[in-house]
Amino acid sequence: MQHSTLDLRDLTRRFGPKLAVDGVSLSVPPGQMLGILGRSGAGKSTLLRMINRLIEPTAGSIRYGDIDVTALKGKPLRDWRTACAMIFQQFNLIPRLDVLSNVLMGRLNHRATLPSLLGRFSAAERAMALQALERFDLLETALVRAGQVSGGQQQRAAICRALLQQPQLLLADEPIASLDPHNARVVMDALRRINQEDGITVLCNLHHIDTARSYCDRIVAMQSGRIVFDGPPADLTPERVRDIYGVSEDEFHSTAMPDGTLALA
Amino acid sequence: MSSALTTIELDWQARRRTRRAATLWYGALLLCAIAISAYVSEVFPETLARGLPQIGVYFRKLVPALTWDHLFDGPKTEGAIAYWFYRLDSWGWMLFETTQIAALATLFGACGALLGCFGASANLAPNRATYLICRRILELFRTVPDIVYALILVYALGVGPPAGIFAIALHTTGALGKLFAEVVENADMRPWDGVRAAGGTWLHGVRFAILPQVLPNFLSYLLLRFEINVRGSTVIGFVGAGGIGQELYLVIAKNYYDEIGAIIALIILTVAFIDIVSERLRSRVIGT
Repeated sequence: MQHSTLDLRDLTRRFGPKLAVDGVSLSVPPGQMLGILGRSGAGKSTLLRMINRLIEPTAGSIRYGDIDVTALKGKPLRDWRTACAMIFQQFNLIPRLDVLSNVLMGRLNHRATLPSLLGRFSAAERAMALQALERFDLLETALVRAGQVSGGQQQRAAICRALLQQPQLLLADEPIASLDPHNARVVMDALRRINQEDGITVLCNLHHIDTARSYCDRIVAMQSGRIVFDGPPADLTPERVRDIYGVSEDEFHSTAMPDGTLALA
Repeated sequence: MSSALTTIELDWQARRRTRRAATLWYGALLLCAIAISAYVSEVFPETLARGLPQIGVYFRKLVPALTWDHLFDGPKTEGAIAYWFYRLDSWGWMLFETTQIAALATLFGACGALLGCFGASANLAPNRATYLICRRILELFRTVPDIVYALILVYALGVGPPAGIFAIALHTTGALGKLFAEVVENADMRPWDGVRAAGGTWLHGVRFAILPQVLPNFLSYLLLRFEINVRGSTVIGFVGAGGIGQELYLVIAKNYYDEIGAIIALIILTVAFIDIVSERLRSRVIGT
């Protein structure tokens, strides 16, 4: 698979009578760090989950270079998911397995079914996992159960799992919404690092305008399933926010963060 | 009081009246249903009043004539425990056979349940057809009583333990499969999304995201089923499928009351022992 542009055309997802994502068209060039901004229920999660096909689109198409992602099945679909790693708000690790085994889950699709089902990985793969853990300062947690390390550590372990897939894209679904401000910054720094050092395209759902402004090359803002802003961070001025959402930036945050998570400086 | 408050108060009272009427109506309906089912299954108060004392009489016959003076004497003295359990060696062996029938049947049944349960879980079944087929198959295994399977298998395989083992295993597959599927349906799906999003197959998801979560509950149901199957394999013996059941059937048919009492006492002791051991095992596994 070659590094290519990710192209969404009129992507739509309907849940019963509700349009979660409504005709989204978006083009993401390789190597970009894209922030997708919006309040809860704006359709950001559905959009990301459609890109790696955890959710099927109702209409529209997803293309990556000359691959028609919407038509993939079986092994090609798993290859696509491997190339397009994902991290989640709740980390989605396996709590009962140790951190190292969790990170090795990123290699499942690189091995034959039988050895991978038995949890057998090569020494080279274990070395790869340990290097990733070391890079994000997690080496001492390698043999601890994932359910017993902190949220920030779990999210970084999830990033390591994603890296072991050797992906070209990374989808990050609200990666810092369950973290405290310090850990949020550590995780955002990690995402920025893999974007710049490994050249991985990052699509990151965010609640917070300031986070998006300080980390992303480009910001897409969504409301009610539609894109209402698409441009460089400098263009998303407080006036623009007021125009788009009809509220000031502070009010946007106070309603966007129902769980009361603190703002990032 | 303002008019809005009065309206809400009146509304509330009206709702309470409706609720009370509904409770009375459904209560009456329930009583009628109970009366009908009692009539159909011939459960009448006078039958019970006449019959219940008879049960007491039967149980009194089961208790042997033990005497204090000779309680701990040898098997040749009347009134001694050893005299009561004079065939302890062969009964013990048959009881052991019964527990082994139950153990193998539980193991085979659990394997079948493990194969069927993931397809029969609404959250994991790859499609609706797989889900419905797995559910129906497990239902089929479960609804036929094990004694019916035993009769068929004794006819096919001949008298002896194999018939009992497979009969109970079939029923266990259906019963455990449904319970397993319900455990799977309550599993946390976030690890599943994580494994699937990493390019893992359906089997990878089952193996790494679901199995570690559900295994302690599976084991707990398996131990419970083992207990049920020890009792079940006793009854299965009645139709010639091996174990202590065959002997029990014989002594009941011949009205050897002392023997019936001794065998029942042994079965109760065995089941209690299994219960204690499995409870220890269960709490150790779940505790970690």
